[in-house]
Amino acid sequence: MLTVSLSSYLTLSAILFAISVAGIFLNRKNIIVLLMCVELMLLAANINFVAFSHYLNDAAGQVFVFFVLTVAAAEAAIGLAILVVLFRNRRSIDVDQLNEMKG
Amino acid sequence: MESLYLAIPLLSLLGAVIAGFFGGYIGRKGAHSATIMGVGTSFLLSLIALNHHVFNGADAYNATVYTWMISEGMRFEVGFLIDNLTVMMMTVVTGVSLAVHVYTIGYMADDEHNWPKDSLAGHNSYQRFFSYISLFTFSMLMLVMSNNFLQLFFGWEAVGLVSYLLIGFWSVRPTAVYANLKAFLVNRVGDFGFILGIAAVVMYSGSLDYYEVFAQADKMSSQTMTVFTGVEWSVISVICILLFIGAMGKSAQVPLHVWLPDSMEGPTPISALIHAATMVTAGIFMVARMSPMFEYSDAALSFILVIGATTAFAMGLIGVVQNDIKRVVAYSTLSQLGYMTVALGASAYSVAVFHLMTHAFFKALLFLAAGSVIIAMHHEQDMRKMGGLKKYLPVTYWTSLVGSLALIGFPGFSGFFSKDSIIEVVHHSEIPGSDFAYYAVLAGVIVTAFYSFRMFFMVFHGEERMDQHTKDHLQEPPKVVTYPLIALAIPSVIIGALTIKSMVFGDYFDGAIFVNNSHTALTEFGYSFHGVWGFIEHGFKGPALYLAALGVFFAWLMYIKMPGSSAIFKKKLSWLHKLLENKYYLDDIFAAVFGGGSRGLGDRLWKFGDIAIIDGFFVNGSAKVVYWFSGIARKVQTGLLYHYAFAMIIGVLALLTMFVIV
Repeated sequence: MLTVSLSSYLTLSAILFAISVAGIFLNRKNIIVLLMCVELMLLAANINFVAFSHYLNDAAGQVFVFFVLTVAAAEAAIGLAILVVLFRNRRSIDVDQLNEMKG
Repeated sequence: MESLYLAIPLLSLLGAVIAGFFGGYIGRKGAHSATIMGVGTSFLLSLIALNHHVFNGADAYNATVYTWMISEGMRFEVGFLIDNLTVMMMTVVTGVSLAVHVYTIGYMADDEHNWPKDSLAGHNSYQRFFSYISLFTFSMLMLVMSNNFLQLFFGWEAVGLVSYLLIGFWSVRPTAVYANLKAFLVNRVGDFGFILGIAAVVMYSGSLDYYEVFAQADKMSSQTMTVFTGVEWSVISVICILLFIGAMGKSAQVPLHVWLPDSMEGPTPISALIHAATMVTAGIFMVARMSPMFEYSDAALSFILVIGATTAFAMGLIGVVQNDIKRVVAYSTLSQLGYMTVALGASAYSVAVFHLMTHAFFKALLFLAAGSVIIAMHHEQDMRKMGGLKKYLPVTYWTSLVGSLALIGFPGFSGFFSKDSIIEVVHHSEIPGSDFAYYAVLAGVIVTAFYSFRMFFMVFHGEERMDQHTKDHLQEPPKVVTYPLIALAIPSVIIGALTIKSMVFGDYFDGAIFVNNSHTALTEFGYSFHGVWGFIEHGFKGPALYLAALGVFFAWLMYIKMPGSSAIFKKKLSWLHKLLENKYYLDDIFAAVFGGGSRGLGDRLWKFGDIAIIDGFFVNGSAKVVYWFSGIARKVQTGLLYHYAFAMIIGVLALLTMFVIV
């Protein structure tokens, strides 16, 4: 049976995390992509949890993942709701134009 | 007797309160009735006290009426010390004050003309004036009746305050406001010395009570204090000189005299009451009261003698060139205060107080007579626009003549006795500076006679220089004005002859005034005294009388016989005239040095301290720093989400790196 070592999991998770960070920086247009990147970041963290949980034979890590998934779902719902209101007000979800807070 | 003593000042205060707070309700008549009742009753009670102490020979009354507080053994009290000196002062103060109250009814009758139409301050000014003069009487009584330094200081400051209020009574005139501020500031200089003196008294004797302090005067005379390192001064001399500096401010001695001539900006009744008869004599009274201390310090006495002599001569000389009728009398007051001070310096306290009393009557008389002339002339005060008033104002004329004769020391008039006593006593004195003082007061006699009769001739004789309109309306002022003149003229003539025997040479002041055995001037002078007639006869042997006659003769020559001659003198002695006209430039020097100095200092403090440091550095400086810093900080706040995210990631990375490496 093919065994997958811990480092492979961690590498996958790091790659996913890096992609999502790059997505946050590079994306200048769509705020939905931003939300997706945040979700991806959480998933990268989840993979870490599961991998260590299996490696250390400790179920607590997997319990954590359920919580994170729940929170991520709630967050996505709220994020999309805010997004809808934002679009209603500004007729745009362009990240470059969202600089109301400029000092 | 205690309730009687208490009633004397409080009745005046009551009058002041009624007229001051309820003047609007009770009207003019109510205000002057209330205050005159108060002061009149005070006067009657003072007479009873005088009778009790002087004629029935009661012992001095010294008791505390009210204890304000006791702090570490120091008692702050209100108390009365009533002895022969005090009852005399009380009677003079309330008596002159009563005459002035009555006179004021006439003088202030048309006061509304002195205010702009819709002036708020002019509203009820008549009642306010009565309130002030009654308040003054109260303050002065508290001052003279005190038995401790604290109450003395209270009275001292209170008369200063009322004087301030009254000099600037016509507060719509800039000159009056300037004059009252000047009086207040100059008096502050004197009061600074005075309160330092009181502080020194407390420091070395541990008490504020007169008798307790006097009992330690002998002890204090042998102590010394270090003022600067290496300089040891006698404690008693320092105390006495400091106290006398206070007296110099209040009694207008050179160089703190500058406020008194300017105080003539006030209404004439208060010039008579405050700046001639009573308040300015507070300094003289104070020194006489403190005689048990001053007697131990020859240095202080010498200082007093020289200051007094300078004032007596130099200020009389300025009176010669004045053209304002009230200013002539004001300079004559300065000069006479100088005479009193000279007597104090020669250890002849009783003579000083004697002259204080006679002067109070004839100077109040002269001032009120000047006021009467001013009323008749429709508030014209320039003597060059008067002349020949004799036939229009007979009562004023004769009472002025009495006052002037008393002032120059005509034999038999009250001023003759007191002034001759002073000159003789100084002649006998052996204190350093007494020779200078003797010649100064002798020269002062001729000056006094000259300016008094110069004024008299310019006002009442010669050609009539007023305009036609004024001339048509010239008439003697009402009875409320002339009666006080007559009432004051009588004591101006007789009081000296009546009282000289007991006051100067008798035992009147035993227990109140103390003279050291080594100061023999007055005792020596006393050997030559053989009754009133003997004194008058003696007067003819001395130079003073002839000098006075010479002064009157010159005045007659220059202003009646040859009216043009004064202009020639003015031309020939133009430098002297200019010097006197400018009052020895003292006002200008003070204005330049102290006024200019403090203005310059204020300017520096304003420009450097206020604008540069406080405004520039602290207030605007801190704002500038915040502005500069926020200018940098706001650049970071782009408002773009990915910038914040980037900063966050960078932060996480930095922290992680730190965590891993360290």
